[in-house]
Amino acid sequence: MNHENQIEQNKRTGALRLYRRYLSILFRSKMQYKKSFFMLFVGSFLASFTIFLSVYFMFRRFPQVKGYTFQEVLLCYSIVLMSFSLAEIWARGLEAFPGMVRRGEFDRVMLRPRSLLLQILGTQCDIERFSRVLQALVILLYAVRTSSIPWTPLKIAAVFFMLTGGCVLFSGIFLIQAAMSFFFLDGLEFTNIFTFGLNEHGKYPVDIYGKGVLWVLTYIIPFALVQYYPLLYVLGRRQELWYAFLPFAAALFLIPGYLLWRVGVRHYKSSGS
Amino acid sequence: MITMENVCKSYRVAKRNAGFREACKALFHREYEEIQALKDISFTIRDGEMVGYIGPNGAGKSSTIKILSGILTPDSGKVTINGRVLWDMGGRESLSYRRERYRRIDHVRQIGVVFGQRSQLWWDVPVTDSYELLKDIYSIPDSVYRKNLEELTESLALRELLRTPARQLSLGQRMRCEIAASLLHSPDILFLDEPTIGLDAVSKLSVRDFVKKLNRERHTTVILTTHDMQDIEALASRILLIGKGQILMDGTLADIRKDAATMDETLAQLYKTYEIT
Amino acid sequence: MKKYISYFRMWLVMGLQYRAAAFGGVVTQFFWGFMEIAAMHAFHASNPASYPMTMEATCSYIWFQQAFIAMLSARVFDGEILESVRSGNIAYELCRPVRIYDLWFFRSTASRLSGAGLRCIPILLVAVLLPESYRLSAPAGPGQFALFLLTLALAVLVSVAYIMLIYISGLYTVSSDGLRRLCSSLMDFLTGGYIPLPFFPEKIRRFLELLPFASMQNVPLRIYSGDLSGTAMYRAIGLQVFWLVTLVAVGRVLCRGAERKLMIQGG
Repeated sequence: MNHENQIEQNKRTGALRLYRRYLSILFRSKMQYKKSFFMLFVGSFLASFTIFLSVYFMFRRFPQVKGYTFQEVLLCYSIVLMSFSLAEIWARGLEAFPGMVRRGEFDRVMLRPRSLLLQILGTQCDIERFSRVLQALVILLYAVRTSSIPWTPLKIAAVFFMLTGGCVLFSGIFLIQAAMSFFFLDGLEFTNIFTFGLNEHGKYPVDIYGKGVLWVLTYIIPFALVQYYPLLYVLGRRQELWYAFLPFAAALFLIPGYLLWRVGVRHYKSSGS
Repeated sequence: MITMENVCKSYRVAKRNAGFREACKALFHREYEEIQALKDISFTIRDGEMVGYIGPNGAGKSSTIKILSGILTPDSGKVTINGRVLWDMGGRESLSYRRERYRRIDHVRQIGVVFGQRSQLWWDVPVTDSYELLKDIYSIPDSVYRKNLEELTESLALRELLRTPARQLSLGQRMRCEIAASLLHSPDILFLDEPTIGLDAVSKLSVRDFVKKLNRERHTTVILTTHDMQDIEALASRILLIGKGQILMDGTLADIRKDAATMDETLAQLYKTYEIT
Repeated sequence: MKKYISYFRMWLVMGLQYRAAAFGGVVTQFFWGFMEIAAMHAFHASNPASYPMTMEATCSYIWFQQAFIAMLSARVFDGEILESVRSGNIAYELCRPVRIYDLWFFRSTASRLSGAGLRCIPILLVAVLLPESYRLSAPAGPGQFALFLLTLALAVLVSVAYIMLIYISGLYTVSSDGLRRLCSSLMDFLTGGYIPLPFFPEKIRRFLELLPFASMQNVPLRIYSGDLSGTAMYRAIGLQVFWLVTLVAVGRVLCRGAERKLMIQGG
């Protein structure tokens, strides 16, 4: 009987189909608590809306900061917010991974004949945070229409690259966070600097924080490659075309993230905790 | 067939001493302690055997189970399951990540694990939904899935429960659903980790009856860890006693049983003999 | 007295065991403060005339805010209290001959003080030693410093009294979790967590200064540098006292109502 099974088992359920199945269960689970879902939906909207408001209030007082106008900052803010929120929605499982390890639930994941990452991404998905994506979209459209940027197809493509590159970069950071939790039980709080911190402080083009910050965000955590440099191209401050393609370089950040993850899994298997 | 040969495993644990001064010291420097969880464990379990794996807390039971299920790497030794090598730490140290991953995936397909203290069901959706997900996870063909589900529903009396969200089930009901969840992909080997913990008498009996039947009809190998001696009495034809990381005894219930003593007394006597309490 | 000393020691030992977490918190807070001051510098440079505080006062404000975040924030909750409300274990606490409001109030205050106590020292120490444009400078004067300490204490109590209302709401509605998340960022915003209150537009600011949220950070952090002084300061301190009394009174009433409700429904 085992042999028959194995022949049939070669027809594996596709990863995408499995992921969809996870999502459907997640969605139905959340719908069991509609009120709480709604509150979280509104709550996460408010969380970023208050940041928007503080930017707005600052610009009522100051017409520009380091030469960036309100619309230009909004363009930057909405792109970062959208890419971060998307990453947070779909990589929520990675974000919650330390808890999963602590509760011993990761053992169960290892006991399943499937990719570990697929299962982890499948067990959680913060659809409530979609309210932020919507908000970011509205702000982005507003900024695109009201800024005086002469839009070209390439500039639109650059915005698109920034969005995807940012989403990939943040996912990579979440992956590193998850991988580090194999080695450290606590004390990883500071890594939030690179997720929530970059989301929140990434509302302004990072050069306003000074040269040092720009350097770190270029060479250590390549956030400036998805935010600052392509933005310069979009705003017409720099003409070099390759600035628009820098988000692709930032996406390479996934590679060390994945390698660290693998080392982490191996460590977990040999330490058992 | 499951064979474990000379398996050793040790952990490094941070020492944590009580007291204010110690806590301050630990701020700068941490001492580690090597703890040998398994010292040279060897045994063989034939297909279709039901084995009770017993021993006090911290004796190394769960390390053994984890190694056998492929999620914990031993320091040394060799483990073979159904003719395939799961771990061989004497030979080449490490496989590439890719190979190791496929080995894990191949291996876990043929085992089922029930943790009495943890749930694998989704809390807020009907039990069937969790099963459907497992069907996709294990890529169980439709026909096999339907057949298995039908049989399990019948023998575990799940019919009424399948439409209920797991959070609304009683502990006994949930445990029956958990067991079914671990068997949907028709594993050859079943690990039961304290499957009757916290259950009422009726549920305990039905779980035991089911496991017996499963072993009889499907010839599934069952490895059971428990503190409940009645489980052992009802299910295990063979007992492995582990203490301080070593197999202390490998025999049948009759071997250890003094006449008239209850099971709990027998076990207490056993622990005392080997000084492992 | 001995009891308290041993309690204090136990807390310290426990706190030290979580040293890694505390260290992580310190690094985060420090980074946050630095980034905020950097952004403020950029705005200041773009138009110094419309900058409503001195740069020095801004730096002190931000450093104290980061150092005391665990103590003053309107979104830091005691996980154990929340959990006992959620799981219904609260029923046991209700059986004990203590007033639940007082019990929680002291516990929250203690856990807030301990949370901040461990973290504020390194942040403040480093902040004092920074280059001038980022430095935490000395208080405006001994008088201001004394008032700073007084209003800081009031601020902690007001935040606890406010947080108590959120805990108690958990006794009334099951979905207080969502409610909490719904409110927390708004609270943060209104306390001046994102931008200090002086940066709000005039009318909004004048209204916000009346709310209890202004009493939580705005008052002490601005008194320190002399940014808030004179009659405005005395009015602000008066408001702190007013809100403390009001919030505690409201909390007490609600708590008693919840107790009664729990007794009748049996939890």
